[in-house]
Amino acid sequence: MTRLPSRWLVYGSLVSSLLVLVVPLPAGVDLARPYLLAILLCYWLLEAPDQVGLGVAFIAGFSADLVSGTLLGEQALRLVVLAFLVQRFRARLRFFPLWQQALAVFALLLNDRLIAMAIRVASGDGVAPWGTWVSPLVGFALWPWLFLLLDEVRLRLRERERG
Amino acid sequence: MVYPGSAASRLSESAGGTLPLLAYLALAVMLMVADQRGGFANQARQKASVLAEPVWWLAASPARIATGAGEVLASRNQLQSDNARLTRELQVSASRLHRLLAVAEENQRLRKLLGGTRGYRLSAQLAGIIDIDLDPSRQRIVLDAGSTEGVVVGQALIDAGGVLGQVIEVTPRRAIALLLTDPDHAIPVQVTRSGLRTIAFGTGRTDRLRLPNIPQSADIRVGDRLVTSGIGGRFPAGFPVGVVEALHPDDTRLFVVAEARPAARLDRGLEVLLVSNTLDETEVGPDVPPPAPAPVVQPGGTPEAAAEPTPPSGTPRP
Repeated sequence: MTRLPSRWLVYGSLVSSLLVLVVPLPAGVDLARPYLLAILLCYWLLEAPDQVGLGVAFIAGFSADLVSGTLLGEQALRLVVLAFLVQRFRARLRFFPLWQQALAVFALLLNDRLIAMAIRVASGDGVAPWGTWVSPLVGFALWPWLFLLLDEVRLRLRERERG
Repeated sequence: MVYPGSAASRLSESAGGTLPLLAYLALAVMLMVADQRGGFANQARQKASVLAEPVWWLAASPARIATGAGEVLASRNQLQSDNARLTRELQVSASRLHRLLAVAEENQRLRKLLGGTRGYRLSAQLAGIIDIDLDPSRQRIVLDAGSTEGVVVGQALIDAGGVLGQVIEVTPRRAIALLLTDPDHAIPVQVTRSGLRTIAFGTGRTDRLRLPNIPQSADIRVGDRLVTSGIGGRFPAGFPVGVVEALHPDDTRLFVVAEARPAARLDRGLEVLLVSNTLDETEVGPDVPPPAPAPVVQPGGTPEAAAEPTPPSGTPRP
């Protein structure tokens, strides 16, 4: 019996969140697109720290840069910072009740948007439209459901393995 | 629930984990700088973009399925009415095209009379837009044609309305195009009514272009149509770009800023035409007169001014 969540689940979820980056949405709504990649990375950093670390965060961010056509290394930097923060506060975050965890994730996503804005301004692209600030709110609303869903999926998988 | 690892050991590990963080951050910053400056990173990016293609393909599949289902489920009635409408449109377009051909021939003849060599051949190619959203703050689209189909960086994109943008990145099967309205984009334009030449910049909004630094005395009005002027050699001349919608003085009150609405349907099209000038010469304005024969140094004049060589006409610009 393995205690680790299966690699397929971890990397599969990360890859599918790359899809969410570019799936077409109606104009206006696309600005509030939740940064699912960061949220999932948070989850796996909390739950499977032996499989997901700064390296995975970097690679995930790099592929996201390739897929969504942002400056190469931009999302890699954002996700590495996020991963580092989660690792640092992991011991505390894990034992927060769900809503407090969601708040923490909200703060992380907000911080992420700030870094993104700083990078944009530094590279001379100007400030992003205000709609992008809705995205952390969506992430905040999404976190509890995603957390419960993934926990459930992992539980089912483990039970099936056990027989 | 069983969690891997113990919290206490993790804590002590992460406390000493600043070094990898710094290494990764430095790597990311180096990548960003390299990408921003172009050159090697640009080529590396084009190679690596091949990896992104399956993701794009998957992300676009819901739209593809929806279109396919729509085609299968379309009623016979609708198809017939579509067919009738399209036939009508085709006839109208064909008649217009015939007239245009006549005009083009006449144009060519007049130019020959003028002694110019501005007969450029326009090559065009149809490409589909893949229905995915890239970074919403940058206005880019992905096309389903790449270098295997002969797409090259710098080709202009047009649709039924007018100019859409230009190709900035090419992979073997895909190409990324920068739209006219991206804040990074600028296009040389000309007012059709008065011939005034200026530059239209993107604003980041799909319905707005900005033309700053127009002199107060310039002849431009609300409702003026803008076409590409062909200066710079990247965009073929004469394609519609937009219509001037508002004029207001800039902050210094010395110049006028014009706001224009793009002519192309930036948010709706599904197919675009890739056009390029096959002539590697900028085709604008009459030919520069041949350089003056052997400079004669005036007794009182400065020899440097006379010795300055005249730049050759029509130098291709990078």
